[in-house]
Amino acid sequence: MNYVIVGSTGSWEVVIGLEVHAQVISKAKLFSGASAHFGSEPNTQVSLVDAAFPGMLPVINRECVDQAIRTGFGLNAQINLVSRFDRKNYFYADLPQGYQISQFTHPIVGKGEIEIELDDGTVKKIGITRLHLEQDAGKSIHDLAPKETCIDLNRSGVALMEIVSEPDMRSPEEAGAYLRKIRAIVRYLGTCDGNMEEGSMRADVNVSVRKPGEKYRTRCELKNINSIRYVMQAIEIEAKRHVEIYENGGEIDQETRLFDVVKGETRTMRSKEDAHDYRYFPDPDLLPLIVEQSHVDHLNATLIELPDAKRNRFQNEYGLSRYDANVLVAEKDIADFFENVAKGRDGRLASNWVTGELFAVLNKKGLSIHDSPVKAEAIGALLDLIGDKTINGKIAKEVFEDMVETGDMPADIVKRKGLRQVTDTGVIDKVIVDILFANADKVEQYKSGKDKLFGFFIGQVMKEMKGKANPVIVNELLKKHLSV
Amino acid sequence: MLTEMTIANAIEGLRQKEFSADELTRDHLKAINLLNNRLNAYITVTEKVALGQAKAADEKLASGDAPMLTGVPLAIKDLFCTKDIPTTAASRILENFIPPYESTVTANLLKDGAVFLGKTNLDEFAMGSGNLNSVFGAVENPWKRKGDDAFLVPGGSSGGSAAAVAARIALGATGTDTGGSIRQPAAYCGITGIKPTYGRCSRWGIIAFASSLDQAGPMAKTVEDCAILLQSMAGFDPKDSTSVDREVPEYRAACNRSLKGLRVGIPKEYCASGMSSEIEAIWQQGIDWLKEAGCEIVDISLPHTKYGLATYYIIAPAEASSNLARYDGVRYGHRVSGNSLDELYANTRGEGFGVEVKRRILMGTYVLSSGYYDAYYLRAQKVRKLIYQDFMNAYEKVDVLLTPTAPSAAFAKDEHQDDPVQMYLNDIFTVPASMAGVPGLALPAGLNKQGLPLGLQLLGRPFDEETLIAVGSAMEKAANFTYKPAIHSGVSL
Repeated sequence: MNYVIVGSTGSWEVVIGLEVHAQVISKAKLFSGASAHFGSEPNTQVSLVDAAFPGMLPVINRECVDQAIRTGFGLNAQINLVSRFDRKNYFYADLPQGYQISQFTHPIVGKGEIEIELDDGTVKKIGITRLHLEQDAGKSIHDLAPKETCIDLNRSGVALMEIVSEPDMRSPEEAGAYLRKIRAIVRYLGTCDGNMEEGSMRADVNVSVRKPGEKYRTRCELKNINSIRYVMQAIEIEAKRHVEIYENGGEIDQETRLFDVVKGETRTMRSKEDAHDYRYFPDPDLLPLIVEQSHVDHLNATLIELPDAKRNRFQNEYGLSRYDANVLVAEKDIADFFENVAKGRDGRLASNWVTGELFAVLNKKGLSIHDSPVKAEAIGALLDLIGDKTINGKIAKEVFEDMVETGDMPADIVKRKGLRQVTDTGVIDKVIVDILFANADKVEQYKSGKDKLFGFFIGQVMKEMKGKANPVIVNELLKKHLSV
Repeated sequence: MLTEMTIANAIEGLRQKEFSADELTRDHLKAINLLNNRLNAYITVTEKVALGQAKAADEKLASGDAPMLTGVPLAIKDLFCTKDIPTTAASRILENFIPPYESTVTANLLKDGAVFLGKTNLDEFAMGSGNLNSVFGAVENPWKRKGDDAFLVPGGSSGGSAAAVAARIALGATGTDTGGSIRQPAAYCGITGIKPTYGRCSRWGIIAFASSLDQAGPMAKTVEDCAILLQSMAGFDPKDSTSVDREVPEYRAACNRSLKGLRVGIPKEYCASGMSSEIEAIWQQGIDWLKEAGCEIVDISLPHTKYGLATYYIIAPAEASSNLARYDGVRYGHRVSGNSLDELYANTRGEGFGVEVKRRILMGTYVLSSGYYDAYYLRAQKVRKLIYQDFMNAYEKVDVLLTPTAPSAAFAKDEHQDDPVQMYLNDIFTVPASMAGVPGLALPAGLNKQGLPLGLQLLGRPFDEETLIAVGSAMEKAANFTYKPAIHSGVSL
């Protein structure tokens, strides 16, 4: 089902392209030795290079380059062995050099493609135009002093990857799925922490609308949006604005706009006439960046398994559905947790326990998988107890609840509470005989055709045995008695 | 006066205990006190620092474990950042700037025991050919026309360094050369200077003018002295991505190399129309000396020479416009506040930069603008490659090129003041080598009829400074340039 905006003149299609700025995980900044650590006291992570002192020169940080290449692999993209850094010139108080070092004409990563998956299971390919490395600016703080602006240069010079998509998305949902996918990829690779709230991942969104079959119309760029939900909201609001203007006979001006979350509107930040002339030119302080093919091959060989590949493997290796596999691989830590549970065990059972019981507990307690009160080894041990018939599934849930509260291992809980499953047919048989005797009327009804009562008898037996009876044996023996 | 020494002699004399580093330094400081008010060669004289360094040098010398330059008093162009010593680039915008760091080149010199007398005057941000564009005022060339006391310029931008060496108020000096800023003032002041191959000396800590052209180099009385200084200044620096990881040879050893069989190219394009007959004559003289020394003289062509100056005045201002954006009054240096950020910028930069710097920022901003970039900057870069290729083609036929250094002798302060293009033409012979990144050496070859020094320039293959030093030494012997300027440490004013 396609997303359209229905206006008075018919249906409109939305065209979306995204520029994602992802802060590179690295110890040091892109061109200086200063720490790239987040959340330190203002102006404590600043070198003379970052503050653009006279005569200071940039030197490329190899780790940042490797991170960009790894991300390039995650985007199934071409790695450019020769790339170049350019200066993007503009004046701002938190831009000490008066220019940002970026890659304008020759990015380190070229064309690529990723798959996104929508809620209805539709799979769509989104083109990646490029990924380039660039410096972050510092931060201007306007509300610390009444008449002054304070500058924090901690982020000045931190490495960013700008990932530019093709205008391949057609709905807010697709844009959301794309961002989640990008975030999963960088998190898997450990190249960006993907935390949008902290600003280490931000998106610029290009939006336009058109009648189906038309060429692209004029787009507007929505700057610096820092949550997936806001991106989706902003697209919807902006697209509706375009439709309204077109249908009232107006035209859209190409401009940069801000999304106001509180007012739920977008508004002009810079019109095309006010657009900066960035005077890009190759940075003469830096030589072209040349990466050896052998180094690229090495990075590829040591690359971690990516979400799509992991999903396919989970389907094949553990017999999971695509849906369940997708849920498990969405975050690498969850996938790893699952694998610790599932290794050498029933994969589907493991998946059910992780996505069912465990997720329910985590959600209820608002915990991440890291802080799970139950470790993967403990859940594995629980599955083993079910497997060797020490306990049945129902008792297992009781044991699990205890595990969540106490953190004890399941075998200890079974022992402590005496929950070991009863498989002694003599014991079970005696209980059945007593139950049937006490409910002679119901036995009559059953025999005259009221089959549903079978479940009643099972329930009574289990209740009497505090749930510990082996359900298969109960079933078998009960059938035998009732068929007499 | 010990100020008459060459660096080579001083190194020897200090080791033979003929005099101490303290005496040598004090003689220089005394001469500076006498002459600097007039010449304005130094912006900052670091007397205390120098005496401290001299004392340390004497201790080192006494211990017998003294590196090459121990106790040698030098002048440092005020474009090199020097730790805890004001570094101004001769600009109001950095008038009170004191760097907390030492440039790699000056750190190398200090490591080798040099004594720093002070920071020398220059054209603001190294932009100029007459040392007239300094917020601290012009530098006077110590040379005088015969019977004429007119204020002559020392050349630029390393005019203070050149004047200091010529007037014997420093044994040697550092300079920087972007389009001729070492070689042209060396010629005007009758001293020797080397612009090394781009990448030979680290640019780290040198205030940038045009990053793809800037290169530090030595200025001194003799070729051998320049070789000694270059030895210390040169070397790979991981802090400068454009510095080259290549062994530094024993430059001094090249002074005594035989020139037998060396092929010397004479580029016909350097015979500029309007060039004075005196320059032509001195060039011919140089050719004759080299013939006598056993060189083979070859006429060659560098066909794109004529585009050198025009393309230089696109690329250098373009880079400068970006390099100077950091002087915004926000973090350090001169600040003039305003009611908005834009006003702060306009006020600070309007007051902080001089006319020539502003002119070049405007030119550079223009040639990088969208719509003009391809026609100017990109095109200039293509021409630059052709100029480089010219040199490489020439070096297949010859080992070194001989040209005049500048189209005239030093001119008077008021001569080219109102015409910037006329001023730019002073660099016509030095700019092509800068554009190609090849090394150049300028040395005095004689005097003109008015008694002013005239210089010749040797241009070499990339990283072949040794051949320049070898040929330069031979020419120096032949020229036997023993003249002294009217103003120097040995005369009373």
